[in-house]
Amino acid sequence: MNHLSLIIKREYLTKVRNKSFLVMTILSPLIMIALITVVAYLSQLNNSKERTIAILDDSGKVQQVFENTDNTKYIKLENLTLDNAKTIAAEQDYYGLLHISKFENIERAENGIEFYSDDSPSLSVITEIENKIEKRLTDLNLEQKGANVALIEASRIRIDINQENYTGEKTSKIDSFLKLGFGGVAGYLLFMFIIIYGNMIMRSVIEEKTSRIIEVIISSVKPIQLMLGKIIGTSLAGITQFVIWIILGGVMLTVVSAIFGIDVAAVKTPQQEMLQQAIENPDINMKVQSVMQSFYNLPIANLIIAFILFFICGYLLYSSLYAAIGAAVDNETDTQQFMLPILMPLILAVYVGMFTVIEDPHGTVSTVFSFIPFTSPVVMLMRIPFGVPIWQQILSLALLIGTFMFTVWFAAKIYRVGILMYGKKPSYKELLKWIKY
Amino acid sequence: MDNLLEAHSVSKSFGNFKALNNVSIAVPKGSIFGLLGPNGAGKTTLIRIINQITIPDTGHVLLDGEPLKRHHIQNIGYLPEERGLYKSMKVGEQALYLAQLKGMDKAVAKKRLLDWFERLEIGDWWNKKIQELSKGMAQKIQFVVTVLHEPKLLIFDEPFSGFDPINANIIKDQILRLRDEGATVIFSTHRMESVEELCDHIALIHKSNKVLDGNLNAIKREYKTNTFEIGINAKNPTELQKTLSEKFIVSPAEFKSLNNELKLNIKLSEKETANQLLSYLTTQGELSHFVEVIPSANDIFIQTVKNN
Repeated sequence: MNHLSLIIKREYLTKVRNKSFLVMTILSPLIMIALITVVAYLSQLNNSKERTIAILDDSGKVQQVFENTDNTKYIKLENLTLDNAKTIAAEQDYYGLLHISKFENIERAENGIEFYSDDSPSLSVITEIENKIEKRLTDLNLEQKGANVALIEASRIRIDINQENYTGEKTSKIDSFLKLGFGGVAGYLLFMFIIIYGNMIMRSVIEEKTSRIIEVIISSVKPIQLMLGKIIGTSLAGITQFVIWIILGGVMLTVVSAIFGIDVAAVKTPQQEMLQQAIENPDINMKVQSVMQSFYNLPIANLIIAFILFFICGYLLYSSLYAAIGAAVDNETDTQQFMLPILMPLILAVYVGMFTVIEDPHGTVSTVFSFIPFTSPVVMLMRIPFGVPIWQQILSLALLIGTFMFTVWFAAKIYRVGILMYGKKPSYKELLKWIKY
Repeated sequence: MDNLLEAHSVSKSFGNFKALNNVSIAVPKGSIFGLLGPNGAGKTTLIRIINQITIPDTGHVLLDGEPLKRHHIQNIGYLPEERGLYKSMKVGEQALYLAQLKGMDKAVAKKRLLDWFERLEIGDWWNKKIQELSKGMAQKIQFVVTVLHEPKLLIFDEPFSGFDPINANIIKDQILRLRDEGATVIFSTHRMESVEELCDHIALIHKSNKVLDGNLNAIKREYKTNTFEIGINAKNPTELQKTLSEKFIVSPAEFKSLNNELKLNIKLSEKETANQLLSYLTTQGELSHFVEVIPSANDIFIQTVKNN
């Protein structure tokens, strides 16, 4: 086993000292931060731009709901014809002109409401205006029909259903978001890790073949030792890189947001905003509390142990295949034909995870895919936050380890023959023959 | 004489292709053993079997009388024909790594490496990367790495390819020195002049079969045809050639000489001796050249391969 540690050490050190590895390790978080900063800055710029909207309310019943905000200024025009108002709005370079005609019947008021602007206005502006008018007209309508609007507002009741399973554990909507987040991050991390570092292993096997050192090494150590050493050494280098990325990224993000005063958390997609609106309704204290509560509700110990085991086994399973491919070919361009069968189950796993697990974590499809060894690491990691019986986890892991041992044996066979084969572009048939050598 | 290495009826097939068919060889201790054969004959497969890179289908190999086991790797130094080094690693670091893989202690390896580097006058290469070295320079490092752990058995596959004549000579001297210090050498090559120079035993493999093996001198004796190359300033050359042609099988000979004498190859039958021919020739003129024709390794190689 002394050989194995020697090989691991060499693989690790060569990877870590490699110039492009160093550059990537330092540069990647820098680029990421730069991108985030630029996006954050731009969206802040966008939000802080002040808009002026003119309102010509002929009915005189709606305009009072428009109050100036930080970003939007409302100018109420009076005693003007629509044409005059348009001219003024155009001359003053207002963002737009909202025209509300006189109406008799509130329920038909919609026909008399128009918005004029040079460019097509942003969706969020229109939605905001629509919401305001809708609310106002509804209130007016209610009043007209004899209802007491103030009373209605006061009687409004909000519901956030308390969810609890039969054994008494409380859950909530926030729980589900957190679980999805956890599973998604874990599954995606594994996916990325396999693709990046699996390729690295493959390249380093090919490098050994092209530099022709392989026969020298093989006359000292067993091929399987060399293969495992390569896989482990490269993975350790990968973990080092990941940790550096996380630390460096965190530090730089803090520094950058402190220096430029950019609130990176303010970068939001429309979906996030909607989500936030949904969560923001209860008061803020409740929210923080329930997030913490949800966090503690997660099966943390189970998650961590399962994450480590499935991550390692899943990664080893795929990386041994990458190593075998590296051994089978002479140069990187020949790897294409073998890449598809590796990538297919991986991508399938991510898709199943993204669509099926979110929809129904314990449905038939999710359950089946969380047992099939090539998809199980990703899918099972996504399922576990939702609570998977231990026996299922153990069975899936056992299947995974069994398959892993088989692929290592298989890969070692191909590796043993392949590393000494030059100048042949192997087919699948050829590979099967190698197993028998 | 004791044999360091014995291969007994070794066979190996790759799919339908039989790479080695029932090949047996015996490498005497302290010898330089030439493993010869045309391209694709199966030499490399045999060498890989000895190095336990490939497992034979049938047959077995004994090293020092013991069946080959994993730990024997430390007793073998192998310089493959397809050789190279990690391009981006430093010379010293790399040599140490490879030595440690052979089971050497790091400190011992370092000391021996420095000795070797000094001996080959490459001491200042320690911190260079392989990619900064020329091919010949890298080959030198490779040679050092192969012999560093002082194995009993050294296997060189085309050791001189890539070397200029001066460096080839240095390496040749080192191989001889290692042999004198007790190592046994298996030497696989196409270059017959180095076989002639170095080897005392040979085995010839052709189309997966061993077709010839043994002591090189014994083989040569076996292959010699009792032919003598003569040069003579005869009184009457035409007459002499005619007389000789009647008695023996005669063909014209080619060798360099100062005079324009009669040059012939004369093949004696088994009954006649060289002395008889010599004394007859001395009566016919002034003899300037009389040499027994000894087949070269090259001749033996070509003849054997053609006959099979």
